[in-house]
Amino acid sequence: MTEMLKVVDLHACAGEKEILKGVNLTVNEGETCVLFGPNGSGKSTLMSTIMGYSSIQVTQGQILFKGQDITEMTVDQRAKLGIGMMMQRPPNIFGVKLGDLIRASSPNSEAVLSSAPEFKMQDFLDREVNVGFSGGEIKRSELLQLTAQKPEFILLDEPESGVDLENIDLIGRKVHDLLYDGNCPGRQRHVSSLVITHTGQIMDYIGADRGYVMRNGRIFCSGRPSDLLKEIRENGYGECDSCQQIISL
Amino acid sequence: MPADNQSVKEALGKKGAYGADLDLDRYDEGTKAPEQIDDLQSSGYKDYLEKVGVVADEMNRSGTLMFIDNGMSHCHASQQEGLEMMSTQEALRKYDWVKDYMWKAMDPAKDKYTAKSYLEDADGYFIRVKSGYHVKDPVQTCMMIKTDKTIQNVHNIVIVEDNASLEMITGCSTSHHANDALHIGVSEIYVGDNSNLSFSMIHSWGKQTGVRPRTATVVGKNSNYTNNYVILNPVGSLQSFPSATLAEGATAMYNTMCIAHEGSDIDTGGLVYLNGVGSSAQILSRSISMGGHMCARGRLVGNAPGAKAHLECRSIIMKDGGSTNAVPELEAHVADVEMTHEAAVGKIAQDQIEYLMSRGLTEDEAVSMIVRGFLSGSINGLPPALQSELDAAIEAANLGD
Ligand SMILES: Nc1ncnc2c1ncn2[C@@H]1O[C@H](COP(=O)(O)OP(=O)(O)OP(=O)(O)O)[C@@H](O)[C@H]1O
Ligand SMILES: [Mg+2]
Repeated sequence: MTEMLKVVDLHACAGEKEILKGVNLTVNEGETCVLFGPNGSGKSTLMSTIMGYSSIQVTQGQILFKGQDITEMTVDQRAKLGIGMMMQRPPNIFGVKLGDLIRASSPNSEAVLSSAPEFKMQDFLDREVNVGFSGGEIKRSELLQLTAQKPEFILLDEPESGVDLENIDLIGRKVHDLLYDGNCPGRQRHVSSLVITHTGQIMDYIGADRGYVMRNGRIFCSGRPSDLLKEIRENGYGECDSCQQIISL
Repeated sequence: MPADNQSVKEALGKKGAYGADLDLDRYDEGTKAPEQIDDLQSSGYKDYLEKVGVVADEMNRSGTLMFIDNGMSHCHASQQEGLEMMSTQEALRKYDWVKDYMWKAMDPAKDKYTAKSYLEDADGYFIRVKSGYHVKDPVQTCMMIKTDKTIQNVHNIVIVEDNASLEMITGCSTSHHANDALHIGVSEIYVGDNSNLSFSMIHSWGKQTGVRPRTATVVGKNSNYTNNYVILNPVGSLQSFPSATLAEGATAMYNTMCIAHEGSDIDTGGLVYLNGVGSSAQILSRSISMGGHMCARGRLVGNAPGAKAHLECRSIIMKDGGSTNAVPELEAHVADVEMTHEAAVGKIAQDQIEYLMSRGLTEDEAVSMIVRGFLSGSINGLPPALQSELDAAIEAANLGD
């Protein structure tokens, strides 16, 4: 199996503070991997580091994408290689309209813009990106932008959190479309992903091939996503503490 | 205002309240008899005009009036009823009452620049909308400096009478040969009761040009006045602090959009006297410093109960080497007013740039997109011609490095 993303012994700091303390993780081509872990364990930081945000400094280790070392690349270089991200808390972009951003980021933007009603985003295209968007609106806007971008590898940071029951179905279906690239589910999927989830709800829509658990800046174990979720539901993350099975090289 | 000549003569030596003191003796007087132009499109000024929002084919315009140096070179009005356009001197000859509007809103002894206009009987444009008329398409005017080392010295009068409305686009420019010139433009603007005037001024000068417009507006009861000011290209020294005096229930909006390039010194803003009960005002300024000096001023004076006003100056600094000042002032003389201000100066947040980059935009593209949005945010419904000018200026400024 070809490795899409391989993170090797990754250490990273935000300011003075070390947040990632030796992360090892692999996502194979076509795989959907889920990332569990308690609040503050470093999941979003890991995604920002993979995307290349400069608020986080890598101090050690490597990020490989399709075999290529991307650790030093800029955000746009990574985006051009095919990495896309749905942020948990994206910044407000004052003065930039959502529709204009979509036009600038897709060669096929008119088709995407005309599909805005499917995302319930038709009234947001003339609004400034993220400014005053509600929690659920941010998720739908991020999804519309990712749909314009068509990445080959997608980082999804809690796609379902804060979304009401009616919209969760919309989000689930749209994430599914992104990952399966519109093809029928029986076919081999092309788009790989790493998905952060606390509740596992999103797994009902996209399935998941492998799960990782993060604690305190490290990946503690990996396994079948449904097993991990069951364990976390029943015993919380306490078991991980006693288990101490840190994934290493 | 019956000015006594002596005090105005003395004012010739009076520096402006703000901005560098320019030496008037360095320049010759611009000609009052410039070439006469019938067709702007074939005139050779077409590109200059369009750069400042003035359309050369005059389509969808109620009229066009152009000055070259110190004389009128083109005046064409459509068959719009209720609209009058001519030179100020012609208006003074035609109507006895026009003299009552001269130097009424503006004190000729304010500083050396107004004094110069007064003492030289400067000509300019006279635009009048008669009571009860709503002029559909905008009137456009252009002030063009053609001759180097001269002063363009103009005195404009705009009158929108009661229950009337007008939109004006006024563009100012220098030809390539007239880089080292000085523009002094006195504009006195009178808006009657229950009327609307939108006045957009777009400047495109030379790298050494000195610019000292002096604009004062009197806004009548329940009327609205909007003043848009745009300068995106390099200029030498520009200082302007237009003012409005509001009657009962009147509103004024000042929107400013500037880029201060390296070598440019820009000092601009708006001043509003809220003299009428329930009057309101908003002053909004968005500027970018590309290594130039930028001062955004705003001053609100609350003189009547129920006055409501807000002032906002935002500035992005793209390059070191210049300076950026935001000077917001609030002054209240009665208790029942609501006046607020906001000011922010700084660089673009990196996470915003990177967010756009994560969608595949390069850093340059991301910065341009944010800057374009930031600047256009100051003016609602920017005319399309200006939008493309704005894009070109941002491109030329090469913001990404
Ligand atoms: N710029 C920063 N400066 C200091 N601490 C930071 C910074 N960024 C993140 N942190 C800290 O790093 C830790 C990990 O944060 P992160 O957002 O990655 O957690 P998470 O696993 O995504 O949590 P959640 O489930 O709540 O979203 C937190 O304790 C957070 O406060
Ligand atoms: Mg998080």
